[in-house]
Parts: sequence; C-alpha cells; structure tokens
Amino acid sequence: MQGTNPNSSHDEILARAKAGEEQPKHGKMKIFLGYCAGVGKTYAMLEAAREIKSDVDVVVGYIETHARKETEALLTGLEIVPRRQVEYRGIAIPEMGLDALLARHPRLALVDELAHSNAPGSRHPKRYQDVQELLDVGIDVYTTLNVQHVESLRDVVAQITGVWMRETVPDSVIDNASEIELVDLPPDELLKRLKEGKVYLAEQAALATDQFFRKGNLLALRELAMRIAAERIDEQARAYKDTHAIHEPWPTIERILVCVSPSSSGTHLVRAARRLASQLDAVWMALYVETPEISRLSPDQRQRLSDTMRLAVRLGAKTATVQGSSIAETVIEYARQNSWTKIVVGKPQKKARWKLFGVSVADQLMHRADDIDIYVVSGTGERVDHQFFPRFYVFGKWRGYLVGIILVTLSTLLGHVLRNTFDPTNIIMIYLLCVVMTASIWGFGPSIMTALFSVLAFDFFLVPPVLTFAVRDTQYLFTFVGLLLVGVTLSYLSARVRRQVEISQQREHEMVVLYSTARTLALTTGIEAIVDSIVSNAKEVFARDAVIFLPDIQQNGALIPRVGDSKPQIDENDVAAATWSYEHKKTVGSGTDTLPEAKARFLPLVTSGGIVGVLALWKTDFENHLTSEQEQLLEAFSDLAAVAIERAHLAKESRDAQILKASEKLQTALLNSVSHDLRTPLVSVIGAMSSLKEKGMQLSETDREELIQVALDEAERLNHLISNLLDVSRIEAGAVILSRQPTDIQDVVGVALEQLGQRAEGRQIDVYLPKTLPYVSIDSGLVIQVILNLLDNAVKYSPEGFPIEISARQIEEFVEIEVADFGIGIPKEDLERVFDKFYRVHRPDNVAGSGLGLSIARGIIEAHGGQITAGNHPRGGTVVKFTLPVSRSTVKMDEK
Amino acid sequence: MSENEPRVLIVDDEQSIRKFLRLALTAQRYMVFEASTGQDAADSAVLHKPDVIILDLGLPDMDGVEVTRLLRQWTQTPIIVLSVRGSEADKIAALDAGADDYLTKPFSTGELLARLRAAMRRSSQVSDEPLFVSGDLQIDLAHRMVKLAGQEVQMTPTEYSLMRLLVVNAGRVVTQRQLLREACGPGYEQDFHILHVNISNLRRKIEPDPTRPRFIITEPGVGYRLRED
Repeated sequence: MQGTNPNSSHDEILARAKAGEEQPKHGKMKIFLGYCAGVGKTYAMLEAAREIKSDVDVVVGYIETHARKETEALLTGLEIVPRRQVEYRGIAIPEMGLDALLARHPRLALVDELAHSNAPGSRHPKRYQDVQELLDVGIDVYTTLNVQHVESLRDVVAQITGVWMRETVPDSVIDNASEIELVDLPPDELLKRLKEGKVYLAEQAALATDQFFRKGNLLALRELAMRIAAERIDEQARAYKDTHAIHEPWPTIERILVCVSPSSSGTHLVRAARRLASQLDAVWMALYVETPEISRLSPDQRQRLSDTMRLAVRLGAKTATVQGSSIAETVIEYARQNSWTKIVVGKPQKKARWKLFGVSVADQLMHRADDIDIYVVSGTGERVDHQFFPRFYVFGKWRGYLVGIILVTLSTLLGHVLRNTFDPTNIIMIYLLCVVMTASIWGFGPSIMTALFSVLAFDFFLVPPVLTFAVRDTQYLFTFVGLLLVGVTLSYLSARVRRQVEISQQREHEMVVLYSTARTLALTTGIEAIVDSIVSNAKEVFARDAVIFLPDIQQNGALIPRVGDSKPQIDENDVAAATWSYEHKKTVGSGTDTLPEAKARFLPLVTSGGIVGVLALWKTDFENHLTSEQEQLLEAFSDLAAVAIERAHLAKESRDAQILKASEKLQTALLNSVSHDLRTPLVSVIGAMSSLKEKGMQLSETDREELIQVALDEAERLNHLISNLLDVSRIEAGAVILSRQPTDIQDVVGVALEQLGQRAEGRQIDVYLPKTLPYVSIDSGLVIQVILNLLDNAVKYSPEGFPIEISARQIEEFVEIEVADFGIGIPKEDLERVFDKFYRVHRPDNVAGSGLGLSIARGIIEAHGGQITAGNHPRGGTVVKFTLPVSRSTVKMDEK
Repeated sequence: MSENEPRVLIVDDEQSIRKFLRLALTAQRYMVFEASTGQDAADSAVLHKPDVIILDLGLPDMDGVEVTRLLRQWTQTPIIVLSVRGSEADKIAALDAGADDYLTKPFSTGELLARLRAAMRRSSQVSDEPLFVSGDLQIDLAHRMVKLAGQEVQMTPTEYSLMRLLVVNAGRVVTQRQLLREACGPGYEQDFHILHVNISNLRRKIEPDPTRPRFIITEPGVGYRLRED
C-alpha cells in the first residue's frame, strides 16, 4: 500500500495560509546559486540590487569583492553597513555587522556567502543563522551560495570532487528561500577565467585546485546546481497550483521514516533519507529506538547518536526517540501508528549487534512490513566499531564467579551424598538451580561459567566412570548440552530483564525527581524562594550549576541572574546569551547551534502566558553533553520551572493589586481627612499676609505683630502636619531604617520639649526621670517625634492651667515612658482604635488634628520592638505609655 | 554699600527661597550673591570670594555634599548647608566633607542669622577670645576654668576637652565623631556611648535643668551645639 494521507492536501493549504499570514512579519530570501566559485554570483546579486535600488531601501550587509574591479564598481552608490571586527587569537577578523544591520533595519540586505562560518565568539557559528535572524525581523535578504555547500549534497560532492566540504548550509534554510536564481557560466569559460587569474581562491582551496577544477567535476557540479534550481521551480509551480486550488490528480504525500542507530554511518543514512525525501517531496523523520542496551553505549556512541539526530534536524527532519526491546518491532509499530509509508534503514554490517541473536534489523523489517516500503542503504565503509555483544558490566564482579564456583562445589558434594539415592539426571536439577541463581543475581558472565563448571563437575564426579571426564552412556552428552544451553539462555534473559529494570528505574527516578520538584515548587511561595528551589533542584538532578535569569521591571526588563545557592561566575556574555534566548524564545548555548561556545545551556522558560525568564544550566568540566534522557528531563524540568515562576508572578500581581487597592483607600482617606487640616493653616497664613500687604488697612503696630504671629504659628502647624504625613508614608512603605544608638532618654525628652516650643507656650510640663535610668537603643530622631506627638496631643486635649507629666521607669529589659495629662481622656471603646490611621475621637470642641500622631507613634515604637498603649488615669486624663529596649552596650565610662 | 559688608553666596535652586534669603540678608547688611546649581556655585565662589556660603543639599546638577567637597579643595570659606528633616545621614556626610554647620528646612531668619554669625566668627581670626560667657556660665579657656554663677565647676579631663571643643565652636554644631576624636583620641569615633555619658555628666554639672538643656543642645543623630546668648 502506498499510504495515502487523506489530510495531506488540507495540511498543504493550512501551511500556505500560515505562510501568507507570516509574510508581512517575515523577510524573504533570494539565493543566487552557482556551481562553483567564479561564476559571478556576487556580481549578479549586485546587479539585481542596483536595478531595484531606486525603489527599495537596499544596504550591503557583507560583500567580499576579492578586489575584482567590475564587482567593486557595482558597489559604488550602495550603502554599506560597517563590519564588525572579531578578535581571535590576536587577529582581527572582519565579520558582518549583524547588530548594526538589525539596527539599520533596511528593506533589503545583501549578504554574500551564505555558507560562511563566523569567527569563534560570534553570536552564531554560521552566517545562515545571521541571515535567519535578519529574516525573522522582516528584512529581505539577497545572498549567494555554491551548490557544494548544500548539506544534503555534501557526500555526493565529496564523491565527485574528493573534497569534503566543511561549510554547509542546511537544506531547510534553502527550502525556505522564496526564490533561487541560478547563476551559470559554461565550464570552459570558467576554466578560462581561472587561468586568467580572475577567480579568487582562498589559500586552502588553491591547493585543491587541480583536483577540484577538472572539467568533469565542473560539469557534474553544474548539473547538481541546475537540478536544485529546477526542483525549486517545480516546487514553486506546485505551490502556485496549490494556493490557487487547481485540482489535478495529485501524488500522495510520502512519509519517510529513517531508523538511526549510534553507528558511525548514521549521518550517511540520514543524508540518503533526506535526498530520497526531497526527490519524493516527502515528509521525513529520524527515529531512534532506545533499547535496553542504551546503558551500554559508550560516550562516543552517545555523541554520534546525538550528532546524527542533530544533522537530521538540520536537514529538515523531525526526530523522535521511542523505547522498545526489539528495534524492528518498535519501528514497524511506530510507522503503522503514525502512517509512515517508507522506512529507510542501514544495511546490516557484519558485527551489527542485532544480528547476533537472529536476523538483522533490515531483514526483520522486511519480514514484518507488509504494506510499508523498506529502503536499505549501504554503509560508506567507514570504520565500524561495534563492540561484540557480551561486553557486560558484570564481568568486573569477580565475586559472582567466586560464588558460582562455591555453589558448584556445594552441589557436587550434595550430589555425591545423594548419588546412591537419586538418579544422576535428577541430581542435575541441583546444578540447574545454581545456574539460575547466579544468572538472576550475578548476571551473564558468572552464570555461563557456572553452567560450564556444572557440566564439568557433573561429568567428573557423578557420571560413571567417576573421577574421569569419560562418559559411558552417550545420553549424558545430551544432558551436558541441555544444561549449558539452559545456562546461557537464562543468563541472557536475566541480563535483559535486569537492564529493562535499570531503564525503568531511571525513568522512575526521573518521575520521582520531577514529582518532588513539582511538589517543592508547589509548596514554595515567593519568587525568591521559588528561584532558590529551582536552582537547588536543578543542581541535584543534573549535577550542574543552574542560574535563573529574570527580567527586572525596574531596569527596563533587563535580565538579572539569580544564582540561588550555586556559584557560577556570570559575565556579560552569559547575560547576553540569556537575553538572546529570552528575546527569541529559543534554547541556545552549549550543545545547541546558537552560541555553542557559551558556558551554559540557556532554556527559555515559556508558559502559555508568555516567557517568564531563562534557565541556564552550566557545563561541567568533565562532561559537556547531556544524555538524551537528561535532555528530556531538562525539558520537563524547565516547563515546571516556568509554571512555578509564572505562578509566583501571578500571586505577586494579585498581592500588588491588593496593596494598590489598600493604598488607594489610604489616599482617599488621606485626601478626605487631611485636605481640611492642610487648608486651615493656609487660610490663616494667606489671610494674615494679605492683610499686611493691603494698603488702606489701618493696622496698629500691635495688630501687625499679632497678624505676623498668627501666620508664623499656623505655618509651624502646617510644617508639623506635613512631617507627620511624610512619616506615616515612610512607615507604611516600610522605608523606616532605624539608626540606633545608645541614647539617654533625658536627652531625647529635652530635644522634644525644645522643639515643642511655641505650641506649649504657657503650659507646665513636669519631667520626672530617675537618674539611674539606663540608656535605650533607639533612633533618637524618630523617638523625639513620638514624644513630640504625645506632648502635642496632651497640650491639645487638656485644659490650660493643668500640668502635663512625663515620667519614665525601667521594667526589666525595657524603659517605660509615660506622658499623662489632666484632660478629658479617651472613651474606653476608643482606647485601641486611637492608634489607627486617621482615627479621631469625636470631640465636641473642634480641635484640629489629622488623626496621624498616634498611628505614627505606634509605627515607630513597634519598629523599635517596643509597645505603646493608651489608657485613662484614675484621677482623670489620658495616659500614653510606651516601652523602648535598654541598650546592651555595657561600655563603662573611663573617667580619666 | 560699603566694602566691609560681609559677602554671602546663596546656593539654592528654588527661586523663592533665594529671594527670601536675599531680602532678609540684605536687610541685615549682607552683600548677597546667588547661584542655582552646583556648577554656578563653584564659579561664583571663585569670582565673588564670599565670606560665607549657604548651600542647599538638593541641587539639580550635583549632590550638595559633592559641591562641599569641591569647594573644600581650595577654600576654607564657611559653608552652611540646608537640608530637610529626616536626612541626618546627608547632614553628617556634608559635615564630614567640610561643611561648618547645617540648618533644617524650614527655618526662621533668627536661626539663620545666628548660624551665619557663628560660622563667620570662626573664620575671622579676631575671635580668639579665650572667654565664653553665657548667662551664669563662664568658661575661661586660658585658665582651664569653668564657672557656674561664680562657682568653679570640677570636671574630668574628658568632660573638659568636650567643653573646650564646644566653646571653640560656640553656636555651631559639633558632630559626635569630632567630639569623640577630641575627647578620646582617634579610634574611639564609634563609641557614642562614651560621648552620651559624658555629655549627661556635663549637663548635670552646668545645666540648671538637665531635662531642658539651656547650654548644650542636642542635634538628634548629628551631634551637639553650645548655645550662645
């Protein structure tokens, strides 16, 4: 069956619609494709640019003229964006000024040599990635490319020319070009230009000149270039038909699945699949089946596997990893479930692991795949270093062998005792038990040895004639073979089970890790605590330092690293990488294609609500690559982290909203309560001042004096009120920072009395302070304010002619200070509420006040760790008491 | 205007404050110059050679403490800084940078004139008067003698050296550090406790009512000032 996908045409339309939607945001790329250096790509590109220069905003991003006069001439009149100089090993290497170009944001940028590799330390290793960034921000790009730099053609080109290209461009990039223009020159003419020295060649290329610039080579390359361009035209025509809904008999979309393995020919296999896919215009995917043997892969093999998978991604494939014990079965099952129509598999190699116990994967696939086409691709003869099957970790466990020998010895002794009672064929069961035990406990090696020793011991000691290896009855030979086979089979099976268990243990471990991380994060509140928790969990799970970068609103959203308890050195490069990851919502840094030289992997923390930050996982010194299990775990982990951080943000937002609401309430109350109190003194000040200014007024000298005094007093009152308002807002905002000093209460009271000055004129204030009073540890400026407010109230709410008393005493570790008056007192039900903001006891006489004094007093006293209470004196009047902590400073005066 | 009129440079970015100060000071026979920024102040100080500078700490272009430091690089002209309540740290920073005194806004003209007089007396050399008299208190530096209502007051050496520093700077604020350095020598600048105890003892000896000091006035968080008549 050629798997028909009923959704295929629908998918196509969807893709088109998406493309149409994205176009305004996304730049278009035109590639000037040549088959060789010197065909005039740059020249053609510049000419094309000059033609549209008058209509379109064109700038030169990067052009290498190789000092060719005619090319240089075309550059005149075009704006050139300054290049960036990259220092590498003391040499300044000019590279395209990507940031300058992004800042300039032209409509169209000319960028030569798409396949160019940037100098180390650049943002991207490859120029095509720079171009991608330009396209992403909506800048159109003209660029040039030689056909030998196309990734999927690399090995074909190598076959033709014998030169293995190091700089290549992924096919997906070329596929994304909206136009490809073939720049062609007959090979004869090219060779002529070459001889005339008109073709610039880099030094290393010149060495290969003879080999490379053979006419046969050139013809083959030219054909390749033409084919690519032709395919492209074909695709465009089809896309056109597609978007214009021209229905014709339409070939079904092919879906190709390529099975990759950790073998070194994996990359070859992937390239072959890509070629097949592009010829068939098929969707393709690279699949890796993780078998229990995964734990036996060498670091090299793991590396190769991840390289192969990455190559597949670069070539435009999707990738997947599935688990299963049989490769072929799993692949077939996967292909059926997901409607893959073709499977590409490598040709079995002699020592391929899966061949040992049966047919090769390719054979098994062909056997099972009724309706799926199987393509078997040959290897390239590269070195294949499969290890022979039984390289088991258990070999190191000498104890298993020892136990095996002991068990066999014991069985032999037992068998010797029982040999007269039981038939030897029954005694063999004892040995069988030994083999089963060693297999299940010690694994493959010891159990094989036990099986062998059992056979030998059984033969030597129990099978007549005893004490020789000779066998009288040939049927025992059958018993020997049977015992040996059972041993081997059991060993193999138990080893397999053990590894399945190991894998599932690892999975379980991951689940446990994720679960416990999720649990801790769910129980943690506050962004700081969550960040600490993420960092410490990441450290535990991945054995690497982790850093969370969060945007700081106060610094225009700049990313600020939060290191938690890990201590990596973070420099500006790390912040820049994190910022890039944040802005592009892409994983960058070590182990990725972007900024691979970075010290860490940067994962954007994305939730449905948007991006909340970046998780950076530092490299360790000895292990750079994460295993594929760790990669998966990391992905899940970063999702968890993202959600936790988002949750913290949301919680904070709702808290902020509450605070805002409360502070709005405060402001309203403030306006209501204070506007009257603020205005009253101003009425007097303005009234008095304007009276003095009025020319016709008949004011005596005393009147003038009195008016001036009124204005001054009221201005003082206003000053006092404003001080109180400022204090209350500072206390509200938690901005009160105590600068404590051991202080003499007497000193503080003295200053308060001094500052009270005019307001207490004519009032008697009695101060009773014992001389033995210890010093208190206070911020004297603030405590003066408290005493001042209490005295102010006492003056306001007690009749003239009655004294006001200040007294103090030590109560354990505190000094209690008391301000008492002989006034009207406070109604019992209001004793607690008087400390509330803006609360004022209803009084018949209209005494001015803001209702802030006591609230400020409480704020200040509580900040000192003291308490403040209000009460009524038994003899009448109000008593306010507050406590302040005694200074611990025990410096004895040295009376010189 | 005579050449002998004291010259005052007022540095404040608030025009209304400058205007009020100019009126008040001109009426008190000062010759007034004005500047509204730190840079202006520096230029004006060079150009007009004022006898005293009144400097607001909150200037638009630079920190008042910075201006003080800048001026102190070449001139010892007395500087009185203006600041608001609650910024004790700024006041101390300005005093440490070389300012002579401070005034907390809002202030009365009387206070300002007293500070100006005290500051200028220190700078003019004629004021080396060894005798300080205020009310009943009489301090004779030449003879190391303190008398209250004619009775000699016995003092410890520490108390006397504190008293002496306050007298030399009569009318001006003296910071806690300055007092400690004087009384106990360098290295004791943080032992505020010693200072408080000594000041208490001093007050008990010379103040008629130590709870309402008449002579030694506390400047909360900054230091002490000996009040003149």
